Amino acid sequence: MSTMTAPAREAVRAADRVAAARRRVSTGETIVQTLAMAWRALKKMRRNPEQFFDVALQPILFTAMFAFIFGGAIAGDVQSYLPLMIPGILAQTVLTTCMATGTQLREDMEKGVFDRFKSLPIARIAPLAGPMVADLLRYTIAATLTFGMGLVMGYRPGGGAGGVLAAVLLAIITGWSLAWVFTWVGTIARSAQAVQSISMMILFPLTFLSNAFVPVETLPGWLAAFVRINPVSHLVTAARDLANSALVSGEVAWTLLACLIVIAIFAPLSVRSYKRHM
Amino acid sequence: MSITKLGRTGGGPASGGGTDLAVRAEGLAKTFGGHRAVDGIDLDVRPGEIFGVLGPNGAGKTTMLRMLATLLQIDAGRAEIFGVDVAGNPHMIRQLVGVTGQYATVDENLTARENLWLFSRLQGIAAPRARRIAVELLGQFDLEEAADRPIAQFSGGMRRRLDLAASLITRPPLIFLDEPTTGLDPRTRGQMWDTIRGLVADGCTVLLTTQYLDEADQLADRVAVIDHGRKVAEGTPDELKTAVGNSALQLVLAEPDEAPTAVEVVRRVLGSDPVLSPEQGRLNVALDQADLAADVLIALRAAGVSISSVSVAKPSLDEVFLALTGHGADGDEEISDTEISDIEISTEENR
Ligand SMILES: Nc1ncnc2c1ncn2[C@@H]1O[C@H](COP(=O)(O)OP(=O)(O)O)[C@@H](O)[C@H]1O
Ligand SMILES: [Mg+2]
Repeated sequence: MSTMTAPAREAVRAADRVAAARRRVSTGETIVQTLAMAWRALKKMRRNPEQFFDVALQPILFTAMFAFIFGGAIAGDVQSYLPLMIPGILAQTVLTTCMATGTQLREDMEKGVFDRFKSLPIARIAPLAGPMVADLLRYTIAATLTFGMGLVMGYRPGGGAGGVLAAVLLAIITGWSLAWVFTWVGTIARSAQAVQSISMMILFPLTFLSNAFVPVETLPGWLAAFVRINPVSHLVTAARDLANSALVSGEVAWTLLACLIVIAIFAPLSVRSYKRHM
Repeated sequence: MSITKLGRTGGGPASGGGTDLAVRAEGLAKTFGGHRAVDGIDLDVRPGEIFGVLGPNGAGKTTMLRMLATLLQIDAGRAEIFGVDVAGNPHMIRQLVGVTGQYATVDENLTARENLWLFSRLQGIAAPRARRIAVELLGQFDLEEAADRPIAQFSGGMRRRLDLAASLITRPPLIFLDEPTTGLDPRTRGQMWDTIRGLVADGCTVLLTTQYLDEADQLADRVAVIDHGRKVAEGTPDELKTAVGNSALQLVLAEPDEAPTAVEVVRRVLGSDPVLSPEQGRLNVALDQADLAADVLIALRAAGVSISSVSVAKPSLDEVFLALTGHGADGDEEISDTEISDIEISTEENR
């Protein structure tokens, strides 16, 4: 009968608890909760390292593949294609990485523990934002491997270490922002499978209808028009300028503006849809 | 269907200070695509009591609990917890209620200790205290040895205990337990009962759901019986059992045609009507004392009614439902053979 009653414990008083209960979550609490969720996501990554396969494999495979397939056709030889291509691969790998955010969130949401998250007095955005904070690690790995592979293949970025770091940072920020789109898809789709297909449909036009791998001038007018407004194009151009000539162009500003707009739209949409899901 | 009020007992624990009920629900309802899973339930849970919600699978227990826990939107009616409106102040409700669901709600990717640590941190408990609470709860729930093992290796009982421990981190004044012992072996079940009683000794209020009459009997101060999303009875376990009888005599007549005669005989001997089960020739007779069974059997023999099988058992949930609603716990008009054997198994378990 007394497995539970530790004698020293003070009795629970409901009236005191009601008086102490707060009506909403503060910003400080939200940050602590998001970080706790990020800690959980990192633990999960560490215990399921296969999650890192695509993050690690894609930059390596794609860099080699694209260089040898398109290098000759577009830039004459591989060496001169690399400065054009590496920032493109950077954008692409970061985008693929953020696509996984949506699929994994969907899978996660099916699990019982999300029921507990919902029953706890925590900010509704914390379970969504937490994994995204942890994903910063994956973006960093993907971006580092892309440049590393480029270096191995003979890429010598003219922007130096500072330029490359800035390009990597910009790519990580963009990836994190665009991940909110996929998070939203994760909260509305019926299954992880559906998230995957919808995400693909968003991802393909974004990466391939950009200047990531092909110079815009070679495209027909209507296509060039889309490519020019595509935020991924801005990222790619900004990253090229940074990595190849340490030039902070206006494209950086455009990229950051696009990121802000995406977050402003999709973060609230995601939280709303997550709340409705219960 | 009218609600069988089994009367009220004044003997509940004194409500400390505030006059607010722990839970007050009025006309609570939830519809899933045209199907009314919870169909207008009123509920009063007093501070400091264990309140049991008894009902068969699909009765609407989980749905009701999830609405009260802010996990599901309330479609109609309203609910208050310690005077706080559930729909209007969900964030406050979440600070007052600890929820242990029917299915595990701990993280499979983390160890037991990490789970407790995570839930503590999420609720704003500073890291050193979070660590202390984890140690304390792991000790209380007999999980020290398994503390750093992955949850995937846990037995059902261990998972349940961890789940409950996770609900107690902030020592919430109200605790919801959805079928806390379903699927547990008898020994683990008994331990869980002790733990639940301990919670109340600490000053908590417990609202639990169960499919087992004996669990409600052992644990609850008061019980509401629900069926098809409606409350069909409410009272103390004793009142419930008195309405149903302390034991139940189950008879299967050799000749179903003789049922009216049998009913006549039982009425003469006991002064009350037996419940005629939907299956032909099956009679459930509520008995105040088990020895009355002999009187009934002798009288039946004298009246020339022949019997193909007899058993005396504690009333199962099914008999409670037969007595209260006139149909079995599964709610079907016809009970098929397989379902009957299910019921008999559950009667065994209830003993
Ligand atoms: N999310 C849902 N969508 C549709 N129907 C549901 C949902 N949850 C429960 N139900 C239905 O509502 C009824 C009550 O279910 P539930 O509350 O789980 O009962 P209990 O917990 O008493 O077994 C059942 O008929 C069930 O099929
Ligand atoms: Mg249930």
